[in-house]
Amino acid sequence: MIYLDSSATSFLKPPQVAHAVCQAFQNMGNAGRGAHAATLGASRMLYDTREKLAGLFNIADPARICFTCNATESLNIAVHGLICGGDHVITTVCEHNSVLRPLYAKEQEGASLSILPADEKGRIIYERLEDLRREDTKAVVITHASNLTGNVTDLLKISALTRRYGLLLIVDASQTAGSIPIDVEEMGIDVLCFTGHKGLMGPQGTGGIYVRKGLSPRPLKVGGSGVHSFDKMHPVDMPTALEAGTLNGHGIAGLNAAIDFINETGVGAIHEKEDALARRFIKGMADIPQVILYGDLEADLRAPIVSLNIGDVDSAFVSDILWEDYEICVRAGAHCAPLMHHALGTVGQGAVRFSFSYFNTEDEVDTAIRAIREIAEE
Amino acid sequence: MREKKKYMVLSFHSTTEAISFEKQCIQDQIPGRLIPIPREITAGCGLAWRIPADEYPSCRQMIQDRQMKYQDITELSL
Repeated sequence: MIYLDSSATSFLKPPQVAHAVCQAFQNMGNAGRGAHAATLGASRMLYDTREKLAGLFNIADPARICFTCNATESLNIAVHGLICGGDHVITTVCEHNSVLRPLYAKEQEGASLSILPADEKGRIIYERLEDLRREDTKAVVITHASNLTGNVTDLLKISALTRRYGLLLIVDASQTAGSIPIDVEEMGIDVLCFTGHKGLMGPQGTGGIYVRKGLSPRPLKVGGSGVHSFDKMHPVDMPTALEAGTLNGHGIAGLNAAIDFINETGVGAIHEKEDALARRFIKGMADIPQVILYGDLEADLRAPIVSLNIGDVDSAFVSDILWEDYEICVRAGAHCAPLMHHALGTVGQGAVRFSFSYFNTEDEVDTAIRAIREIAEE
Repeated sequence: MREKKKYMVLSFHSTTEAISFEKQCIQDQIPGRLIPIPREITAGCGLAWRIPADEYPSCRQMIQDRQMKYQDITELSL
């Protein structure tokens, strides 16, 4: 089997991740719920993971990072917790439904939404941002990279405006955390939402949110905190404020080991290899008739995602042949990115998405190129 | 009946703060250990750092110099 669906999840992981999860199953108690060795071990592991994530994203205070189940939960905390009924928000056509649907829900509560368009290659039209800003604009909610085109957002261009007007910059780093450098200070990110199971190579059910000092999102969940048990209100101190209930300690132990691998290998080296594989695939597509590639393929910085179609063939049909005849795993359909499919004109057809991992090989890429060539020539 | 001893007990706003404090103590060889917070103290965290009272004067300066965060400090017989 050739796994080229790493944008969906990092199926290919460093072996130490599974080992760490198994170790945690055997040794770890519930963090923050006592002072015996098993619970303290869990608390120490969580803190260590917070510190490692803080190092990865240049976050000064690890306590500003809260663990969540996934980027969707983080984005829901950010949107529901910071945006009110009367606020105006700017987002883009590049967004995943994990950004769009919470924002549409806020629209139902009276917030208003403007959507920054993209060109035919799915590139955000940054010049329009200033026009969309209004006096009541509260935030820009934006992806760091499109899960459909692999185009990377130039966050410095966005934060130039958010800084100038005092807007919140809320970033969805689902497709970049762990594989493309992120510096919350340099990039002017107020809230960073990330998942643990994609570029960070950890288990599913792990993720997190960074909230800069001075911001206090209303929590989505309140409940057990292990402390202040007689208070009617959930504690407000970070990270407890956004971490009601038992965390996925076993999963986070795996995430911890995954970050160790990323740090030992280097985010730069991981990106370089994934990028080289994606570009090899793009090059291999160049002379195949009927193949339509989407996205800004010439950009210097790209996420390792290549979406394509063969003529007007249904993307689901192509992906099924890839699996049945070649045992190649890819994702077809709409990829939860409805506005980008509208922008690319692929609403009915969807697209076949190839996404590459540090653990893929050039041989696997070449097999995928041969497969597409053969299907296109049928 | 166990014999009681005097301790300086430091409380924290959160478990994260407590674990961060413990990490710094280990690095700087500050004595003590994390305990479940005694009922005499109200704090944001269920953990407290317990230092034998007679050893506290020698590490007080270090805790200040390192700007180690905690919520409160109380002398207790435990």
